[in-house]
This record gives sequence, structure tokens and C-alpha cells, in this order.
Amino acid sequence: MTIISGKGGTGKTSIAAAFAGLAKNAVFADCDVDAADLHLILKPKIKETIKFSGLKVAAKDSEKCVDCGECREACRFDAIDENFEVSAIDCEGCGVCIYVCPEDALSLVDRESGYAYISETRFGPLSHAKLNVAEETSGKLVTLVRNNARILAKKNNKDLIIIDGPPGIGCPVISSITGVDLVLIVTEPTKSGIHDLKRILGVAGHFNIPSSVCINKCDINTQQSKSIQKYCQINNIPVVGLVPYDTLFTKAMIKGKTVIEFNDGLISDVIKRMWEKVEGMLV
Amino acid sequence: MALLGTIMDVSLGDKLKIAIASGKGGTGKTTVATNLALSLENAQLLDCDVEEPDSHIFLGMRLEKVENVYIPVPKIDKKKCTFCGKCSEFCQYNAIAVVPNDILFFPELCHGCGGCTLICPEDAISEENRVIGIIERGLNNGLEFYHGLLNIGEPMATPLVKAVKAKAEGKKITIIDSPPGTSCPVIESIKDTDYCILVTEPTPFGLYDLKLAVEVVRKLKVPFGVLINQEGIGDKGVEKYCKEENIPIIMKIPHDKKIAKLYSKGIPFVKKMKDWEDKFIELYEKIKNS
Repeated sequence: MTIISGKGGTGKTSIAAAFAGLAKNAVFADCDVDAADLHLILKPKIKETIKFSGLKVAAKDSEKCVDCGECREACRFDAIDENFEVSAIDCEGCGVCIYVCPEDALSLVDRESGYAYISETRFGPLSHAKLNVAEETSGKLVTLVRNNARILAKKNNKDLIIIDGPPGIGCPVISSITGVDLVLIVTEPTKSGIHDLKRILGVAGHFNIPSSVCINKCDINTQQSKSIQKYCQINNIPVVGLVPYDTLFTKAMIKGKTVIEFNDGLISDVIKRMWEKVEGMLV
Repeated sequence: MALLGTIMDVSLGDKLKIAIASGKGGTGKTTVATNLALSLENAQLLDCDVEEPDSHIFLGMRLEKVENVYIPVPKIDKKKCTFCGKCSEFCQYNAIAVVPNDILFFPELCHGCGGCTLICPEDAISEENRVIGIIERGLNNGLEFYHGLLNIGEPMATPLVKAVKAKAEGKKITIIDSPPGTSCPVIESIKDTDYCILVTEPTPFGLYDLKLAVEVVRKLKVPFGVLINQEGIGDKGVEKYCKEENIPIIMKIPHDKKIAKLYSKGIPFVKKMKDWEDKFIELYEKIKNS
């Protein structure tokens, strides 16, 4: 299952971490490779580090280059500047410049795009990654994290993978949800939350993935909260959790704990009940 | 006249292009972008979070579609194609596969580089446009607004971000609302701006993602400052980090129930808390003079 939200900052990672503590036999994967935060709560011990190269990048041999400008003209990504140097940030590694260069002065080389990690946590194995900043192809790294999680699950006889997904609806989100059995969308009762929920539900529907919804901070605007529930009811999407606003989430985060570890009270009960429902949907 | 022209040029050069960004999502980028744009006179707001654009919710303006945004993709003439496989070999994105006596194209993987068209020895590939999203525009009390809306199920966000950014005309102060994260669409939103406001929340997640965002703006060589939203909600980690790194904290917005309530209803808080309008104008002046 994948936890996503469309809109950022609705509480995906806090809920994913709490689920990690409740799941009996699961592997965890943090697919928000841009800005991964799950490790701040799960505090993994890294067992294995894998170098990740995403798309390649063009490299120029200045001795061969005659400044003819053919490459600059052919590049669709504005990645060759006025001095005919490659701008690595803009380059998408397509290879067109290499093809058009009459002097054989360009080539495609690997770039160091980031790292994938296999780790152990107090709740079970974790697959995660760190994309270097300003890198392309986070979707490809997401796929690597998911493949690693699958291998971990097989090796350790785990029957579930819980994925903490990225915000948005684009490339890394699609890579995080394709082929999963269930997505849990964490939303909030704000106008932006509802707007973004509808779009992410559209994406899940587009790929035929069953969805469920959790309304976090459900009491900050009860009217909006009700309209989300109504919308979900009309569209046959189960609302599996209504989590009230509570500063416990931030306090637990500061201590590096899941909200359940931090304070086993009312909020914990709500999350435990939500977890039971989600588990039921996965059987 | 010539002198007047020079003075005009200088004053035009004064209009900054400011990106509002953050590593972590939900820290208040849209809140800052909309409230800042509404406080300034004669501003332009470009919402570059094309995956989940939310700024328009707070502006209450009527939007009209101005254009479709395309990327060029190959159109294969199967009568001319000899299934030699050169295009598929060339394609770095695995968007073309050649099987015995057939050729398959996967449009959502194609970046639109044009390589296959160039390389095809049979001249069997031409190009056609594939729509990835649209741009909408709105106008209200002098505030000009554009946003991009990525099609549902579409992975390629960056070309749409580029198209929205191209709407910056330079004669007005331009505020750019960026997507969260640190990868391609974020880079596209921030690069070539005059200043970047990094919005964060004072929590461990906020701090960790802020550090990543700082790496991005430093790499892009864009001057920047930090805005702490929901001050009081967490700990002092962000302030400590900014002090150590010599990063200016340019504004603090308190953790305030009234602001949260207004946000949930889609109302920009400067509309109801007028003293903040001056604070945002001051913020702009501070950035301009820095």
C-alpha cells in the first residue's frame, strides 16, 4: 500500500511511521526521494548503500570542440549555453547533441544522482534513498526503492510493503503507486486539501488503484470535513480515518518517535482503528 | 527622451522575480505567495506547482484557459518503418520498443528530445504535439495570475512549469509559487529568479527538508532567505541552523488559529488582518535592498 496526499504537509509521514509501528509483518519504503523524512522517526541502521545513476549527462571534450554551435541549435532543453558549455542542470541526457556534433566532441557519461539504502529499523526492514539535489529522474529512483523493498519482503518473508509516497501527482507519484493494492490518501479539511484530493483520486482512478481516504486535522474546519466525507461517499471511496488536530504529532516528531510510542492515548486509538480498517482492505 | 528612456529602464529593472519554495510540502508556500502578491501593487503571480496548483483558490478570480501546453513526440509511419531498431537504441528514455515486425511507442516516457526523428534512416518518423496540460489566466484588481494544470495521469511536469514561467513579462513584480521537493520541476521554477524565499515550519521535518532546499538554491546561485511559518509549533532547530549558516530569517508568521481558519476557507489572511499587508510590503522592500 502507498500513502499519498496530493497536497504536501498533510501528515503522510507521521501516519506512515505510526503504521510502521502497528504492522506485524511488513517492510517499509520511503518513496519521497526528494525530501525523505520517514528516517527521522524510524532511525534506520543502514546495512547497504547502492549508488544510483539516473539519466546520463552530456560531457564535452574542449580540445575537440570547434564552437560550431550545432549542438546548441539541436538541443531542446536549452542545455548548451552561449559558450557551448553543457549545463548539467538542464541536460536531460537524450544524446541528440552527440549525434549532431561533427567533431565527435561530445559523449554521454553517468551522473551520480543519489543513493539507495537498505536498512534495519526497530519495526522492520526499510528501503529508502536520497536523491542528490537538483537531479532529474526521481521516478527512476522511486522504482529502485520499490524493487529493493520487494526483495527485502521476499527475503524476510514479509507479506506487506508500506510505502510513504511523495506529494503531487506527477512522475514520482505515479512511480510510487503503479501496481499497488491500495492507496491511502491523507488529506485535510481545507479548500486546498479538497482540491488536491480530487486530483490525486483522479490519478489513482486513472491507474485503476483502489483508494481510501484519511482526513487529518478533521476538526479544524468541520464543514469542509463533512463535504470531503460526502464527496467520498458519492464516489464510493471509504473514509477510513478521521484524525483530530493534535500537537502530539509535532511533539512526537521532535522526540523522533511515532505518535503511538509518544503517547498511547486518544490519537493512538484513532490511528489503531484506521490501521485495522486498512489491514482489512488489504486481506 | 533618451534620458527618460534610461530612467524607465532602471525602474523596470527594479521589479524583482521572486520564487517561493520549500523542500517539504505544506509549509505555507501558497500562503506566502498569495498574501505577498496581494499586498504588492502591480504584481504578477505565477503558480508553477502544476501538479497541485492551489493559489487560485485564494484569489477568487475567474480563470480562463489561454493555451494548451505540448511536448513534441514521434509519429511513426509504419509503412516506411523497416523495424531496424535504430530509434529504440537511441532513445535514452525507453520510449520506443521495436519487436519483430512492429514498433511500439510509450508517449508518457518520451521527453520530446527529437532524437528518433533525427536518427531514422527511412524518414519514417515525424513529430506531432502531445498535450500535457493547460495554462489558465486570471486578472483581479491589478494582480495578473497564471497557472499550469498538469493533466491527470501525466508524469512530465517540467515542460509545463517552463511554459508557465515564460508568462513572466518583467514589467511587474513576479511572484512564483513553486512545487515542493528538490528535483526537476522545482529547479525549473527557481532558476534565473532574483531571490528565493524558502518557507519552512520549525519542526525536525521542516528543518531537514530546509537544508535540502538550501542546497538547491546555493547550487542555482540564487540569493535567498528563510521564512518561518507556524512559529511556535515546534522547536528552535531552524533558527539555530540559520544562525550557524548565516542565513537571514526574513519573516516569521505565528502559529495562529485565526490564520489557520482563514486558510481552511481559502481566504488570504492579509484580507482580514490588514497590518500584515504592510509587513509583506516591508518584506519585499527588504528583499529588494538586500
